Amino acid sequence: MKIKDIQEEIVDEFSMFDDWMQRYEYIIELGKNLPLIKEEFKVDENLIKGCQSKVWLQGEQNEDKIVFTADSDAILTKGIIAILIRVFSNQTPKDIIDAEMGFIDEIGLKEHLSPTRANGLVSMIKNIKMYALAFNTRG
Amino acid sequence: MLDIQKIRADFPILQQKVNGKPLVYFDNGATSQKPQVVIDAISKYYQEINANIHRGVHTLSQLATDAYEIARGKVQNHINAKHAHEVLFTSGTTFGINLVANGFASILKPGDEVIVSHLEHHSNIVPWQMLCEKTGATLKVIPMNENGELVMAEYDKLLSDKTKIVTVNHISNALGTINPIKYMIDKAHEVGAAILIDGAQSVPHLKPDVQALDCDFYAFSGHKMCGPTGTGILYGKEAWLNKLPPYQGGGEMIKEVTFEKTTYAELPHKFEAGTPHIAGGIVLGTAIDYLNEVGFENIQQQELELLAYATERLSEIEGLRIYGNSEAKTSVISFNIEGIHPYDIGSIIDKLGIAVRTGHHCAQPIMNFFGIPGTIRASFSFYNTKEEIDALVDAVKKAQLMLS
Repeated sequence: MKIKDIQEEIVDEFSMFDDWMQRYEYIIELGKNLPLIKEEFKVDENLIKGCQSKVWLQGEQNEDKIVFTADSDAILTKGIIAILIRVFSNQTPKDIIDAEMGFIDEIGLKEHLSPTRANGLVSMIKNIKMYALAFNTRG
Repeated sequence: MLDIQKIRADFPILQQKVNGKPLVYFDNGATSQKPQVVIDAISKYYQEINANIHRGVHTLSQLATDAYEIARGKVQNHINAKHAHEVLFTSGTTFGINLVANGFASILKPGDEVIVSHLEHHSNIVPWQMLCEKTGATLKVIPMNENGELVMAEYDKLLSDKTKIVTVNHISNALGTINPIKYMIDKAHEVGAAILIDGAQSVPHLKPDVQALDCDFYAFSGHKMCGPTGTGILYGKEAWLNKLPPYQGGGEMIKEVTFEKTTYAELPHKFEAGTPHIAGGIVLGTAIDYLNEVGFENIQQQELELLAYATERLSEIEGLRIYGNSEAKTSVISFNIEGIHPYDIGSIIDKLGIAVRTGHHCAQPIMNFFGIPGTIRASFSFYNTKEEIDALVDAVKKAQLMLS
């Protein structure tokens, strides 16, 4: 599935919720359910330090695509990571680099991805794109 | 006894809704809200007397200069400084601490010691680390205990004739502990060391008497005591301020400038280079007037009641732990709920209109001491109510339910 289609799918899912509480409950579920990263990758080299919560991100090349795994110590952050992984993992470097992020606003999570929130998510997206750039150059 | 509803009417921001809920503002430790008189005084300054100070012979400049110096006098009276020129206008506590730390670079030698405490805000750690790196002096740290109190027996042991300056906060921003600064000041002086008190968290709650305390420096911010952001005060004893070199060079701080040599202006101007935050300085005076009108006894009574009530109510919540249990404590409650990250609680209760601070509160060594990533900090001001604390407790319970 293409990034744009996945994003539309997520926007559709979120449109079923009436209020923030249902959205948050869904994100919390996502955060709880997904085993996101192998313990061996939860190391300092993969750590993005936010003031508020920590994020670990690991990217691996699988043929022409990049597979991302990630984790966080905060459950809301982890739930949003699950959404980002769903969008960006198993995509080609070029598609990742070209991806737009407008859907985050549409699903009402913009505040969590504000650069001033310091929860590691903005840096996570930056790092995802950096992985893509690095793999793109290498490939 | 305060008429809280009358007080609340002075603060227009408290009347608004956030995320569709009435705002409950419990982030007073970060910055206080501003009463209407303070907001009005800012526009009045720009509407009526805006001009640069100490420079013009024209009427407006004179009016602005007078107002600025009257404000300095108000601060002097408020903290009971001996001289008005011991009161320096700064941009905030951080600037004041950096000014002193920078000045001590010309005093310290390798082998000298600087003492900080485990309870400090980063802004009262980093400038001293930088000073030690620059001079070869050593940084010593007064340890804390499980209650969030400094261990005085260890402080006594750290002091020696190598100690040149001690720096400690009056009240901890992360835990609310009130430190025994009078004792610490006297002890520092016994070994001939200077002592700086970081008063950022104390001035909203109490009126420091710098002469009675006998501290060498006392730094604080205006914005935490109902004044504008970008304002602050550094009190320094005259002898120390004369001894320290200027921090910034520029206009206003000179007596005479030639390319061969510049001589510096008298206090306080030696430390006030450039055009200051004139409106801010003047209006800090207005804020101090306002607080004194409310009365610090009333403020303390209201805040201690809120602290006791919040401690009791929050303790109802299963798995909730309060960090900082000193007997001497101001109206700050730092807490966590077992198994839940503070960021998650903070994000959810924000949706319920409640403003608290989450994170490490710029005091990572304290968080490391407790082995936690951060806390949720609710800090109360005299304009807060018990009903708001009920709203906080309900919101935290709701968040806990969602997150477990």
